[in-house]
Amino acid sequence: MESYMNIKGRIFDIQKYSIHDGPGIRTIVFLKGCPLRCKWCCNPEGQQFEFQQMDFAGKKKTVGEDMTVSEILTEVKKDMPYYLRSGGGLTLSGGECLCQPEFATALLYASKSAGISAAIETTGFAEWDVIKEYLKYTDYVLMDIKNIDNEKHMRFCGQSNEIILENAMRIARNHTNLTIRVPVIPTFNDTEREISAIAQFAASLPGVKNLHLLPYHRLGSDKYKGLGREYLLEDLELIPQDKMERLLAAANKFGLDCKIGG
Amino acid sequence: MAEFTSGGIPMTDRIRRLIDNLFAEMPQIETERAVLVTESYKMTENLPIIKRRALAFRHILENISITIREDELIVGSNTIKPRSCQIFPEYSFEWLEGELDTVETRSADPFYISEENKQILRSVFPYWRGKTNSDLALSYMAPETIRAMEHNVFTPGNYFYNGIGHITVDYTKVLHIGFKGIIREAAEELEACKVYMPEYSKKHEFLESVIICADAAINYAKRYSALALEMAEKCNDKRRKQELLWIAQACSNVPENGASNFYEACQSFWFVQMLLQTESSGHSISPGRFDQYMYPFYKADLDAGRIKPEFAQELLDCIWVKFNDLNKVRDAASAEGFAGYSLFQNLCAGGQTREGLDATNDLSYMCIQASMHTQLPAPSFSVRIWNGTPTEFLLKAVELTRTGVGLPAYYNDEVIIPSMMSRGITLEESRDYNIIGCVEPQIMAKTDGWHDAAFFNMCRPIELVFSNGFEDGEQASIKTGELSDFKTFDDFFEAYKKQMAYNIGLMVNADNAIDVAHSERCPLPFQSSMVEDCIKRGKSIQEGGAVYNFTGPQGFGIANMTDALYAIKKLVYEDKKYTLEDFKEAMAYNFGEPFDPVAAKKATTQAATELAKQGKAVSEIQIEKIFESFLKGVCTGEQKARYAGLKSDIEALPKYGNDIPEIDLFAREVAYTYTKEVEKYKNPRGGQYQAGLYPVSANVPLGQQTGATPDARLASTPIADGVGPCSGRDVKGPTAAANSVAKLDHAIASNGTLYNQKFHPSALAGTAGMMNFVSYIRAFFDQKGMHMQFNVVSRETLLDAQKHPENYKNLVVRVAGYSALFTTLSRSLQDDIINRTEQGFDR
Repeated sequence: MESYMNIKGRIFDIQKYSIHDGPGIRTIVFLKGCPLRCKWCCNPEGQQFEFQQMDFAGKKKTVGEDMTVSEILTEVKKDMPYYLRSGGGLTLSGGECLCQPEFATALLYASKSAGISAAIETTGFAEWDVIKEYLKYTDYVLMDIKNIDNEKHMRFCGQSNEIILENAMRIARNHTNLTIRVPVIPTFNDTEREISAIAQFAASLPGVKNLHLLPYHRLGSDKYKGLGREYLLEDLELIPQDKMERLLAAANKFGLDCKIGG
Repeated sequence: MAEFTSGGIPMTDRIRRLIDNLFAEMPQIETERAVLVTESYKMTENLPIIKRRALAFRHILENISITIREDELIVGSNTIKPRSCQIFPEYSFEWLEGELDTVETRSADPFYISEENKQILRSVFPYWRGKTNSDLALSYMAPETIRAMEHNVFTPGNYFYNGIGHITVDYTKVLHIGFKGIIREAAEELEACKVYMPEYSKKHEFLESVIICADAAINYAKRYSALALEMAEKCNDKRRKQELLWIAQACSNVPENGASNFYEACQSFWFVQMLLQTESSGHSISPGRFDQYMYPFYKADLDAGRIKPEFAQELLDCIWVKFNDLNKVRDAASAEGFAGYSLFQNLCAGGQTREGLDATNDLSYMCIQASMHTQLPAPSFSVRIWNGTPTEFLLKAVELTRTGVGLPAYYNDEVIIPSMMSRGITLEESRDYNIIGCVEPQIMAKTDGWHDAAFFNMCRPIELVFSNGFEDGEQASIKTGELSDFKTFDDFFEAYKKQMAYNIGLMVNADNAIDVAHSERCPLPFQSSMVEDCIKRGKSIQEGGAVYNFTGPQGFGIANMTDALYAIKKLVYEDKKYTLEDFKEAMAYNFGEPFDPVAAKKATTQAATELAKQGKAVSEIQIEKIFESFLKGVCTGEQKARYAGLKSDIEALPKYGNDIPEIDLFAREVAYTYTKEVEKYKNPRGGQYQAGLYPVSANVPLGQQTGATPDARLASTPIADGVGPCSGRDVKGPTAAANSVAKLDHAIASNGTLYNQKFHPSALAGTAGMMNFVSYIRAFFDQKGMHMQFNVVSRETLLDAQKHPENYKNLVVRVAGYSALFTTLSRSLQDDIINRTEQGFDR
């Protein structure tokens, strides 16, 4: 077996029949570890690279598993008939899939070699040299732009958005099929002004046509408890549908094909 | 194929009114048929049975009350009250005699019966004592068969108590040549049948009986024609008057003659469909490829400018409503197993022509539309899918799925056609297959499939291995060895196979006994007049008159037995962490959990026998104590901990339904213990046995009769549904579960397999969601899955429906092979539906 097949990576989940993260029916591999600390993160167990203990439905379980490219590919290939019928494939997500470049690029390469289309879902927070390698084997990039306001971004995500915005432009210029996604979070970016700013930026990216507004949900909140952490957004209400529609209308003004949901 | 032209035809107000009328009242039991059949039988005691059946059929049709309901365009009802039923005492009646006072209040499928009608039935029943089909069937059964039935290893109850049904007759023939044409055929055959021929006596009687029945059907329609005329005369509403005149005209022409237009074809079809259900109480009388045999009539009218698609759609909708007008009362236990007032009238659309081209036509789409309009459980609507099925047809079908009505069921031609051919059916005929009842494929107008012949509970044989065949104080099955004899897993598996094989043999005996009884006591001349080659052979279907004869009993519990046998293999023989005795003890104590009363009683008997075997005397008081302890789940803390430990070790093992090749291929082997055994046998009609793999909804009531199993399934809880994974054990999403199911050998189960999945509506949201769903079905079928059906409702909806059934009178869910009204299901079945894994999507 070729050596890249034996490269190990750290993941925390493999999810089949995913229909909202790239075209068609996809399998998502969640890589562990992320440089951002978004307060609303629905996969808090994906933030730390280290293995963690999490209470899950009353049972302790270890989050995180080291698997080789070959092992993961075997799992991903099981849904080949669905990819072929739907135009789906593999999506790397996380955590942040850009944080394990050697493993992730090997997995993307292996996937492409097996005839499976590959996508990444990312914050875009990494060195350009790293991202460039990914793009060689990636058909679709789903990238979050959370806020144009850097101060707010720092406060809610724990990192600056400068490199993110820069990378978005570079990815777009690389002729990659890029979709911009916006987690719409109350108190953070749920105003027409902020959504418009993001949409305007997205529209300025060459070749970008699609923008997805992902309404806030709290389905991950139990996991914080399971990890012994505090969920900082306990008091947030879900965004009503009519408000989402207003934000959608705002985003639509910049000539992009916008929709609610992935 | 011409472009589909009837896409968005809206439902008319008439259909809404028809539905509202149909569901305005609770279904009732009516008694006219029971009285008439008894009268006729009393007058014909010296005649051959086939003649007696024909004369009884005629006597009923001449005298039973008829009605044309308000707003109806398609007429013909077996009962005066909508959605009500008649009684068929010639098959069996003792159960009803015993349940007359409870049938109205029971939880599954209650029927109202007036005191007067109870009296009528009580006066009719004595004549039938000792004369029923059921009585004769029982007398043909071997004692060990009856014992196995008493021990709930299998149940052939369906045909034991009722007619057989499960057939698709030659609707095409009646549509084209009418019953007059059938009479002509029979008369010609009669002419050719000379008195000196050896077959003369029986053939002659049979053909005369066919003519009597066909004649009776013609005259029955004329009664409707007369009634419509009479009503028209009195009718002040101009529009309705005109409609009644149309009805009168149609009923005077069909089904006597071939239909002269689409409307008459619809009416002719309906008379056949309903009269089959007057002759016998068999369910699953399935219209089959309605879109194919009705199309020429529609096309001719359309081309001639005689019909608008809107009216054709309304007629289809009318027929769809009528399917729900027919009903049948079953015994309380069977009602649980078949819950939802369903008659399983399976109608299918799409698929291939006999030449192998795509068969989808405008009517195929309009059939989907009719189910979307009516949103009713009947007909059981199926679509045939093959590699050449147009995507827009699948999309239209998914649109119906999305409404949450539980329809349609999807069938894979690419598996079923070769499967049919493996049973000796020609390629052309195989391409023309349709679905009977729940999921059973067969060839229209030529087959007596005896589908649904019995339920075989694959979990019971493993209990019999653990007990060495000794249960409830008697040797209930063969001995397959003490647990200490099983040195390897293969030894154990071998014992399981032996218990399976032995009991399958007994099930065959039961079915064959019932089969013979039907041929002697309840042959069906009317039905036989529309199935090849009965007229030529001069034999009823029940005597082997059909071209193709099968018996299809269905096994269920594959998922449980896969997980159970794997647990034993792994924990006892590979890891050596537990012994078989550990399993036996934990199962006997229900893994430390409380028993329900029935299971507690059974466990008590078993424990007392064990003690007696060890030479210990057991007093009444001790037995009472043991019973109490089972009921409360009381065992020592040490025991409890041990059983819980075993249970959690079993639960931690990989399970069927998660796309794990090792387990799934093992499931395939487990399924073979049933399918390969069943196909060895022959039935008295000269046909072969073929296995089905599905429980309808019997996995719940028959699970009730099953103790704890080695897969850590607790006593009395439901057994897994269809060929799907055990409830809640598939945790890798819908593709993984489907991949596991696809790994079974479906083609060998030529009596059908059934795979239910429940989806949240979000799965099918938007065009992208629907396209992905289409892809999902296609990809399952690419892997040789055979059947798929979906419940698209939210868990919240179902919970609320349990709390407020009055708000959900029309809520239809798919239960096993059919759709049913959720609120009419028993509580336990409702719970089962709710607990089925809800296949989610994203985090």
